[in-house]
Amino acid sequence: MGETSWVDLFWTTVAALITLAIFSFLYKDNPAFKFVERLWVGITTGYWTMLLYHTSFTDKVVTPIFRQGQWWYIIPSILGILMWFRLSKKYGFLARYSLAFYIGISTGVFIPLTIKASILYQLHGSIRAIEPTWSGLMFVVAFLCMICSLSYFFFSKEHKGLLGVTSRIGIFTLMIGFGTGFGLTVMGRVALLGHRVSFLHDWVQQVVGTVF
Amino acid sequence: MPWYDRVLSIDRRWVYLILGLAVVVPVIVEMHIPVTLSREVQAVYDFVSEVRDGELMLLAIDYDPSTMAELHPMAEAIIRQVFEQNGHLLLSSLSQFGPAMTDELITRIAADYGKVHGEDFVFLGYKPYPAITILAMGSDFRVPFPNDYYGNIVDELPMMAGVHNFGDVRGVVALAGGTAADFWIIYGNAKFGVPVALGVTGVMASDYYPYLQAGQLFGLIPGIKGAAEYEQIADRPGEGVRGIPYQTTSHAVILCLIIVTNIAFFAKRAATRRHSQAISSL
Amino acid sequence: MKKQLPMFLVFLCGMIMIVQFVVPHEYSQTLFQHSQDFVIVIGVLALPIGIYSLMKSTVTKARREPKERLYSLITIIGFAVMIIAGLKRDWFTSSTSLSSNLFNYILVPAQATLFSMLAFYIASAAYRAFRARTALAAVLLITAFVVMLRLIPMPEPLSTWNAEFVRWILEVPNMAAKRAILIGVGLGAVTYSIKLLLGIERAYMGGD
Repeated sequence: MGETSWVDLFWTTVAALITLAIFSFLYKDNPAFKFVERLWVGITTGYWTMLLYHTSFTDKVVTPIFRQGQWWYIIPSILGILMWFRLSKKYGFLARYSLAFYIGISTGVFIPLTIKASILYQLHGSIRAIEPTWSGLMFVVAFLCMICSLSYFFFSKEHKGLLGVTSRIGIFTLMIGFGTGFGLTVMGRVALLGHRVSFLHDWVQQVVGTVF
Repeated sequence: MPWYDRVLSIDRRWVYLILGLAVVVPVIVEMHIPVTLSREVQAVYDFVSEVRDGELMLLAIDYDPSTMAELHPMAEAIIRQVFEQNGHLLLSSLSQFGPAMTDELITRIAADYGKVHGEDFVFLGYKPYPAITILAMGSDFRVPFPNDYYGNIVDELPMMAGVHNFGDVRGVVALAGGTAADFWIIYGNAKFGVPVALGVTGVMASDYYPYLQAGQLFGLIPGIKGAAEYEQIADRPGEGVRGIPYQTTSHAVILCLIIVTNIAFFAKRAATRRHSQAISSL
Repeated sequence: MKKQLPMFLVFLCGMIMIVQFVVPHEYSQTLFQHSQDFVIVIGVLALPIGIYSLMKSTVTKARREPKERLYSLITIIGFAVMIIAGLKRDWFTSSTSLSSNLFNYILVPAQATLFSMLAFYIASAAYRAFRARTALAAVLLITAFVVMLRLIPMPEPLSTWNAEFVRWILEVPNMAAKRAILIGVGLGAVTYSIKLLLGIERAYMGGD
């Protein structure tokens, strides 16, 4: 075994011990879990800080202003720095100006695009010529289920009479939706667990292969 | 204590142990369980199949280690497929812990196929606020990414000559473990009309069928099963296919637990009713 | 001025962006491009506030709670080591550097394992709370049951029937339910955004 393999084994063992320390929480809270949890918080914060520094602060602030002479980047930079005044009680109001610029732009972009993507396109998807086939029938069923589900969220009128019937069908439809979500969530969560167990299995094989 | 009370008040750690065993055993004892294929995964595969001989697609790796179990196999399968077809890849990572994972993945796979950064693929890197970044990418990739992840000036990379915005890529496959998936639909597809397909976690999967039906997505890879399907279609078994056996055993265990707890629940309810009827008849 | 000017700014910027959406002129596109560029820069400079707040709360906790001191120290050391390991961009982006090893062998396994424990919790929740108490709960339970059954190998034609039935659930009632939620959430989000633009919703301004 070469030196690299031992280095690999060291780091993989660190990862395996971290995995086991976190799993130990399933039995009960303990110092090993707390240690790894806090270490993770520190490492993630450090990683994100440097990621922001290199890929965002350097590329979008330092390089344009100081190396490429694009002076107009000073304007958003000042607005960004104003955000820091949020930490001050006396000058906290200054942060509102940059926040206002940020919120105004984001909201102005968000409104038309959300109307388009989440409302108009969805309504467009619900309306089409219906052919006398199984698929056509299912399209009508889906449409009615959607209308019933929407009627469940209509609180301006008491859920009685026709609205009572449609909202009842609507809540059943919603339950089917949530049930589907739960079934798929189990798949997702088990995948995460299986991934870690596979890693531990590979680690044991690596240890056995390297040491013995 | 009646049997149903014992069943209903079992310590949660026994449930953990049973589930743990259901996952550990299939990992140790290797098995192969085929999965049924779905149209939405086939659609993504067909799209990637067309990215060949210098064609360009954008692969967005917008997930963190918390969801890599489901999404990493998809990324690996797609990257390998594009490289085998001599297609070009533009990668971005709008999740804060995604860039280093993307770098590890692309560096490893590119070495297998002898692909060169800047010529066969470009990893643009990370910028915060995915919604704004996607909008800016729609104007020009150079707006949010004047430099790539490694600090190279994007304009100096041969592959990026003539590549400016979504109009210059065949489409986007976004592998997302969070809200970035919605942002690609709202800000990528609805604003710029770029064809978008998603690879999402099992938790998120059912939420994206309305978009699929409305044509806002041309394909969807749902969770680890979707990843396994993709690997099966591509005839390249990987972590997705490896994940199916423990999915099967753990699902079987959870289904059994649900049956047992419901039998105990109804037995208890019946017993309580009998008991209250007996008291009222006295 | 402390409140009126920010409110006016929100309204002005928002309206400019809405008008820009329907004007496909070159100037309009340039304005859009620069506005996104500016917002990215503002965001980049604002994010360190979160990092500062986290580290400040860690230090405060270490000062106030002697039992937590050691753990807070671990957080600070982890933070400092990661900063030093990634000081140069080459170190930070290299696949073989200390920074990369800390990421791949500490951050990745820790985060992946923390989330993997949700599998145990969801199994426990399924056991403790997933009961057909009412008709609605029964519908939810049966749907989840059928969807989960899809991953269990069954003899033909049961397997095909189940796969087809799950496909129907996903594409008809599930799609309808999620579309209703999507439209509802979309309408709600747009309404909230309009309230922001008009200055009716001012929570972002904080106190005073």
